[in-house]
Amino acid sequence: MKRAALGFGVTAALLFAVAPLVLGDFRLSLLAKYLCFAIVAVGVGLAWGRGGMLALGQGVFFGLGGYAMAMHLKLADAGPGNLPDFMILYGQLDALPWWWAPFANPIFALLATVLLPMLVALLLGLLIFRRRVRGAYFAILSQALAAAFAILLIGQQGTTGGTNGLTDIQGFFGYDLNDPVNQRMVYFVVAAALLAMLGVAWQLMRSRYGELLVAVRDGEERVRFLGYDPANVKLVAYVVAAGMAGLAGALFVPAVGIISPALIGVVPSIEFVIGVAVGGRATLAGPALGAIAVAWAKTALSERVPSAWTYFEGLLFVLPIVFLPGGIAALFKWRRRARLVPPAEVKEKVAA
Amino acid sequence: MTGLSVRDLRVVFDGFVAVGGVDLEVPEGDLRFLIGPNGAGKTTLIDAVTGLVKATGHVAFDGRELLGRKVHRIARLGIGRTFQTAAVFEELTVLQNLDIAAGWARSPISLLRARRSVPPTVEKALATVRLSEVRDEPAGTLAHGQKQWLEIGMLLVQDARLLLLDEPVAGMSQDERDATGELLGELSRDRTVLVVEHDMDFLRRYARTVTVMHAGKVLSEGTVAQVQADPRVQEVYLGHPVKEAS
Repeated sequence: MKRAALGFGVTAALLFAVAPLVLGDFRLSLLAKYLCFAIVAVGVGLAWGRGGMLALGQGVFFGLGGYAMAMHLKLADAGPGNLPDFMILYGQLDALPWWWAPFANPIFALLATVLLPMLVALLLGLLIFRRRVRGAYFAILSQALAAAFAILLIGQQGTTGGTNGLTDIQGFFGYDLNDPVNQRMVYFVVAAALLAMLGVAWQLMRSRYGELLVAVRDGEERVRFLGYDPANVKLVAYVVAAGMAGLAGALFVPAVGIISPALIGVVPSIEFVIGVAVGGRATLAGPALGAIAVAWAKTALSERVPSAWTYFEGLLFVLPIVFLPGGIAALFKWRRRARLVPPAEVKEKVAA
Repeated sequence: MTGLSVRDLRVVFDGFVAVGGVDLEVPEGDLRFLIGPNGAGKTTLIDAVTGLVKATGHVAFDGRELLGRKVHRIARLGIGRTFQTAAVFEELTVLQNLDIAAGWARSPISLLRARRSVPPTVEKALATVRLSEVRDEPAGTLAHGQKQWLEIGMLLVQDARLLLLDEPVAGMSQDERDATGELLGELSRDRTVLVVEHDMDFLRRYARTVTVMHAGKVLSEGTVAQVQADPRVQEVYLGHPVKEAS
């Protein structure tokens, strides 16, 4: 409990005091983007690290949240009664499509960024977990969904902006996003959201539900004989992870100014998971730190050697899973355990 | 009728008859041992009762039909089981294992909270299965016999009324066997206990009644002495009746 409070305090100080002082506007807005990925990673850590569900399709939920937010901001940019700029440009539509209309309402749009992904995850999860789809089959299925969603968006150019996505977003609830001061504000919102999601994950992991989730991960069939339906247990973690991905997508839009199919398809969905694997999937802070580190490495390396990044990324995924399943967090755990157990006791244990 | 009542139970895998029409009555308070050669269908019978494999016929516990219900619904009716290879959650501590076993009826809100204190039933079970000392150790670090006991402890906190134990003393030391036997005797006073076991010495000492299965059918039933004297049982176990041999 004390360690957790300390951890949250240090994280908050780093995010709210150190980073804004040390980093310039450009680097800070890059960090805002990384923190969005970190929010997705917190959810993946819960679903994959604790629940054993390798969610390779979080792009779907990230995209739902992102598009919900971007649709509202595009409508707000265009002003009441006007069509978003790209619809006028493509000239296929005379009026706003019916499913765009509710997103003009800011409250509906904000709720939709989180609740829509959760609802979709709930329906998908009911189908998937009740039918006992799991392991590699679950991973492939979720990845296929990400691919299908991206293709669907590309195909509907007139209403979704197609391959370009929704771009050139100017304002964020009345604030001009081109103003560096407002960009900083967006950074603070993202940082606060990350802290809040870490708090949610922390509570879920230490709760009885968190223990049950690990039990389901390690012995799904065994849990049934104790009177639980594992499908429901997994469903909760999956839906929460989807909500986090949706929130991250929604914050990504004002932080970066764009949402497009290329940001939510198969490759980005895999990238969400790589950071989690590197950082340590079953820990609280590991996924978020791993996601930030991998996103930073991507920027740094692809600036210098653009062609090498893809190979490096593949290695980053394979190496931790094969050689360090606990991620970087496992290294720290070994050190701590080595320090806690006095040498005499270690000897005893070996002898026993 | 209280207790377990099995009538005309059949389990068929791809044309292979694993259990071919078994009738079995185990009243409350009995400590029944189920024995038979490998492939006799003992474990399959337990699998059928707990809903793991599909079966036809009737299985009732305390008057309620079990066949056709899902595994977790059957468990909620008070039917608990252990497995041949101890199935505990290795990364969770002993305490966490027991706490989960005690908890299917918890409300969502209490599930979302951390455990503040050890529930009394869990505390009691820890003492009963002699694991209080290692309650905070991961279950994976326990010795084999201790894992088997943890499973029995999980049945206790689950408040199972029908205990189905699949080779509970396999891999246990003699002391552990004795303690397990005593415990089973105690538990069976107000519960129904069915034990699958190969250890004949353990059976002679602790069984109240015995059912012998062979090739998916019940071959013989009665007290230990009655079953041992049954020439059909001797034939199955020794290949020929004892008298001819002597």
